[in-house]
Amino acid sequence: MNATSNRYQVSIEADPTLPIIRMTRDFDATPTQLMRAHTDPALFARWVGPNGMETKILDWDATTGGRWRYVAGRDGEEYGFHGCFHEVGEDRIVQTFTFDGQPDGVALETLRFEDLGDGRTRLHAQSLVDSFEGRDQWLASGMETGVDEGYAKLDALVAEL
Amino acid sequence: MADDQLSRVFAALADPTRRDMVARLAVCDATVGELAEPYDVSVQAVSKHIKVLTDAGLVSQRRDAQRRPCHLEAEVFDLMTKWIERYRQQAQERYERLDAVLAEMRDDEQPTHPRHLQQGAAS
Repeated sequence: MNATSNRYQVSIEADPTLPIIRMTRDFDATPTQLMRAHTDPALFARWVGPNGMETKILDWDATTGGRWRYVAGRDGEEYGFHGCFHEVGEDRIVQTFTFDGQPDGVALETLRFEDLGDGRTRLHAQSLVDSFEGRDQWLASGMETGVDEGYAKLDALVAEL
Repeated sequence: MADDQLSRVFAALADPTRRDMVARLAVCDATVGELAEPYDVSVQAVSKHIKVLTDAGLVSQRRDAQRRPCHLEAEVFDLMTKWIERYRQQAQERYERLDAVLAEMRDDEQPTHPRHLQQGAAS
């Protein structure tokens, strides 16, 4: 029984030929629970924001054709995000995503919850950004997160070169 | 690495010919002429590709007597990797918060459904 919270690591891949970011992550939860944590606004607000920021949901209709809007804030700074729920299915969510600070940019996000059995689920998240510049700004937009641990998936890209 | 350089690196690598050239330079330095050999394109076209790679900081050219071999700047990959790792780390933090929320959901649900069913199955 070692640190269960670190048992599952995110893997991430930046496609070299398409402006796409793909992530996968396993959870000790059923697809239904994971779906609820993504569609119930009170639950969603508790985990989505960056550490130390509070998320306020301003608009939320997690149904096919619905829409969402929230702001993440800290010390008077606020960052707004909005989009539409294109599809909320049984095991997947397709939605658009726009950062209010870059209102012309929009990403298409597809989340899929793969049932692994035994109460575990694998999340497949794909973000298709509308340009390489948009994707790369997004990747570069990380705020200060001290990181020195092992290198991630770009190794795969480099190996493929 | 500045954001715009990161964009140039990704844009430079978005082209399959340039990716192939980078792969070959990863093995050893090569001149533009040598790089052009396997492709059905002119030396001028290869020079243009090299310029894109050079502008992105991925490739440098040094003078070596008459030759000007192209050299891969491998550390640029390390910088890209760090950007991606930083993004990954943020996602990891987000999903660890989600882990905590899911754990609470399980606790909330237990008195009603699963425990009841488990007890039913056990007895």
